[in-house]
Amino acid sequence: MVAYIARRVLAIIPVMAVVAMFVFLLLYLSPGDPAVVIAGDQATPEDVEKIRQGLGLDRPFFVRFAEWIWQIVHFDLGTSIFTGQPVSTLIAQRIEPTLSLMVITLLFAVITSIPLGILAAWKAGAWLDRIIMTFAVFGFSVPVFVVGYVLAYVFALELDWLPVQGYSPIAQGIGHWLEGLLLPAATLGCVYIALIARTTRTAVLEVLRQDYIRTARAKGVGQIATLFLHALKNAAVPVVTVIGIGVALLIGGAVVTESVFAIPGLGRLTVDAILRRDYPVIQSLVLLFSLVYVLVNLAVDLLYTVVDPRIRY
Amino acid sequence: MPDSLPLLEVVDLQTHFRTPDGINRAVDGVSFTVKAGETLAVVGESGCGKSVTAMSLLRLVPEPPGKIAGRILFQGRDLLALTEREMKAIRGKELSMIFQEPMTSLNPVLTIGFQLRETLRLHEKVDRRTAERRAIELLDLVGIPESRRRMSEYPHQLSGGMRQRVMIAIALACSPKLLIADEPTTALDVTIQAQILDLMTDLKRRIGAAIVLITHDLGVVAEVAERVMVMYAGRKVEEAPVADLFRAPKHPYTQGLLGAVPRLGASLLDAESKLLEIPGVVPSLKQRIVGCVFAGRCPHATDICREAMPALDVKAPNHIAACHHAATEPAAA
Amino acid sequence: MIFVALFAPILGTVDPTAIAARLRTREPSALHWFGTDMLGRDLYSRVLYGARVSLIVGFSVAALSSIGGLAIGLFSGFFRAMDAVVMRVMDGIMSIPSILLAVALMALTRGSVGNVIIAITIAETPRVSRLVRGVVLSLREQAYVDAAITCGTRTPVIVLKHILPNALASIIVQATYVCASAMITEAILSFIGAGTPPFIPSWGNIMAEGRALWQVKFYIVLFPAIFLSMTVLAVNLLGDGLRDALDPRMTKAA
Repeated sequence: MVAYIARRVLAIIPVMAVVAMFVFLLLYLSPGDPAVVIAGDQATPEDVEKIRQGLGLDRPFFVRFAEWIWQIVHFDLGTSIFTGQPVSTLIAQRIEPTLSLMVITLLFAVITSIPLGILAAWKAGAWLDRIIMTFAVFGFSVPVFVVGYVLAYVFALELDWLPVQGYSPIAQGIGHWLEGLLLPAATLGCVYIALIARTTRTAVLEVLRQDYIRTARAKGVGQIATLFLHALKNAAVPVVTVIGIGVALLIGGAVVTESVFAIPGLGRLTVDAILRRDYPVIQSLVLLFSLVYVLVNLAVDLLYTVVDPRIRY
Repeated sequence: MPDSLPLLEVVDLQTHFRTPDGINRAVDGVSFTVKAGETLAVVGESGCGKSVTAMSLLRLVPEPPGKIAGRILFQGRDLLALTEREMKAIRGKELSMIFQEPMTSLNPVLTIGFQLRETLRLHEKVDRRTAERRAIELLDLVGIPESRRRMSEYPHQLSGGMRQRVMIAIALACSPKLLIADEPTTALDVTIQAQILDLMTDLKRRIGAAIVLITHDLGVVAEVAERVMVMYAGRKVEEAPVADLFRAPKHPYTQGLLGAVPRLGASLLDAESKLLEIPGVVPSLKQRIVGCVFAGRCPHATDICREAMPALDVKAPNHIAACHHAATEPAAA
Repeated sequence: MIFVALFAPILGTVDPTAIAARLRTREPSALHWFGTDMLGRDLYSRVLYGARVSLIVGFSVAALSSIGGLAIGLFSGFFRAMDAVVMRVMDGIMSIPSILLAVALMALTRGSVGNVIIAITIAETPRVSRLVRGVVLSLREQAYVDAAITCGTRTPVIVLKHILPNALASIIVQATYVCASAMITEAILSFIGAGTPPFIPSWGNIMAEGRALWQVKFYIVLFPAIFLSMTVLAVNLLGDGLRDALDPRMTKAA
């Protein structure tokens, strides 16, 4: 077991190395010379050259790569070209809204989608199943920001139930915080819910055909307990897997959702950084999001052994 | 309950499945009774409706596409008239079932202990600790060594025979009045088969449960059953006490089944005791069969067999069979 | 939808880039069926032209990433020595959320339809290559491929004659899903200002422009949104249909 965990953790290293390489290439290939930008309009070519040497930009690729990695490992993410602030400071300022949004969405999505998927599997072929699956196909097909605008239009503008835009920090009261996140979470969760519900349905449907489900019914276990305990626990591996993979959708979707709802989070930071071509910031964000994604999927891998006793490594 | 009343009385049971190409009459008008404490064997080839009959008794046939009609009187109550909630309370408590596939009939992700305790806690309001203690007793009862340790193990850590013992323990957990065993030994090694059968007869005696044993293995029938019902193509064709049936089978199908059992010591070269096989296969259940269901394969079939369905008549004391020729043409065996 | 895209110039009532200052942000009317945007451009025509961008991006990405994925997948499925390396690289790319990857790539280059296609293709290819590799690995175990190898058939022949036809069904199905997701990604890129340049009408761009006014002029966002969603829905449904028809292995449990 310990060996298994160790192996899984070690397996992250090559993956993150590829990500880091890619991210570094991004900066290396980025158009525009940071030295020119820093030196300003009045600088002479000599000044630029001096700054370039000062930044170490004249040295070979791999030396710079190694140095950059060394900095990253020490949590030095560089400074923003645009604001001049350290990137780590920028990220720290913006992380709360994004983290809140993602966690709320994740909880909301898992709580709604799994029962929906189970329901659809139970009533497979009936109208309830069709409705849920139609919703799922729509969830896949309608882009995040469209969902966002429609939800905002209906629930905030027309019905005036919830705030249209903005974010209220958790420190200023949980009520407002939650209220502000409700629409963004519903928006972001849409694709995610569709994905999990569909996978749950397929997995549970497969399990419901098994002999041990019949045994459970023969023991006098009720319909609900059969579905949620006997069936779901067996169907858990694909469901948990897709919850992990779907985090990529959440990350991508957060970038858009934060724009739609004017939430000052990491997604907004990403969009702003792209529009300003602020490469150190883009770089750090890609690296950070990828790390989160890889770690989530590591957690999923480790969950398998808890969920399914047959899996032993 | 007075002794004269049967524990289970099934009247004209019909279980039909709607399929894209017609209605499948898996069970078509079967009636039988089971007295308290007795063992009734139901035999027939695969696909003759034995298992569906068993599932119908517990109302475990998926509806739709299935549909159960007739009457199933258990301790005087018609199970088909009960609500799902009332039925749930009976399943696993007074009426329980053991399945053919011990390898797949236990939930692979729940511990043996959980699956045993679950039954106990569903039907008898006992606390966790009592359930735990009784579960261990049950494992001891079905002869599982190191029962305490097994409680926290998962099905894949046990052998097939052990798993079937666990299934029996689960089925007997609430001391049911009737145990339905659907081919309980088919998937097991021959040596294990005997052990499981011994266990079942032993426990039956202790608890006083009646058993409906579904099997295609006539050896098993001879060993444990008191009465036998023979099914063919969704219908009952013969019923008799075990000894009578083996000695003088009335229905040509039963005669064929008995002829198809290899006898110890018989040489295959010896033409007299050569294994007899029944020519042809079980007819499709999707068409309504006119006349005798066995007419197509019967060596004695005449015109009347193809035109009129034979009634189940008493051919000898306690011995009934559905054959036009049975009385006039006694068994050759 | 393909029909609409091809005949956009005929179906369009007004030049989509023509600016009419007087007619700014008109509500939908008989002349401007979907209304006009804040520069007075006819929304109906813009939406029709937008279909072209979406479809071009969708189909190109589907085609390119299928070819790329096929090549990489066949390669690493057949040359086991390279398998580990190639697949680690693919894992690495896949562990960057695809929208983020496309966004980062777009940050490197100028916004143009071509660059959008390349960026999304890079983000989508690893998934296809995984699929192909999986098919190749399972097929390699099949008796007839073994037989062909034993008979000394050269590797390229085996790939072309035995592996490719079997992998094709899954790839076509996957390609439709890639097409759908590429159209969404294009819209998202354009929407956040990192995609198709603003002077080309694409559904994402129209919505991005409508963003400033969405609380008062919701229709500017609404029409392209409906078109985009319906198109993606159609492609997804096509994918589901193809999957059920072509690929018995992937058929969802009935």
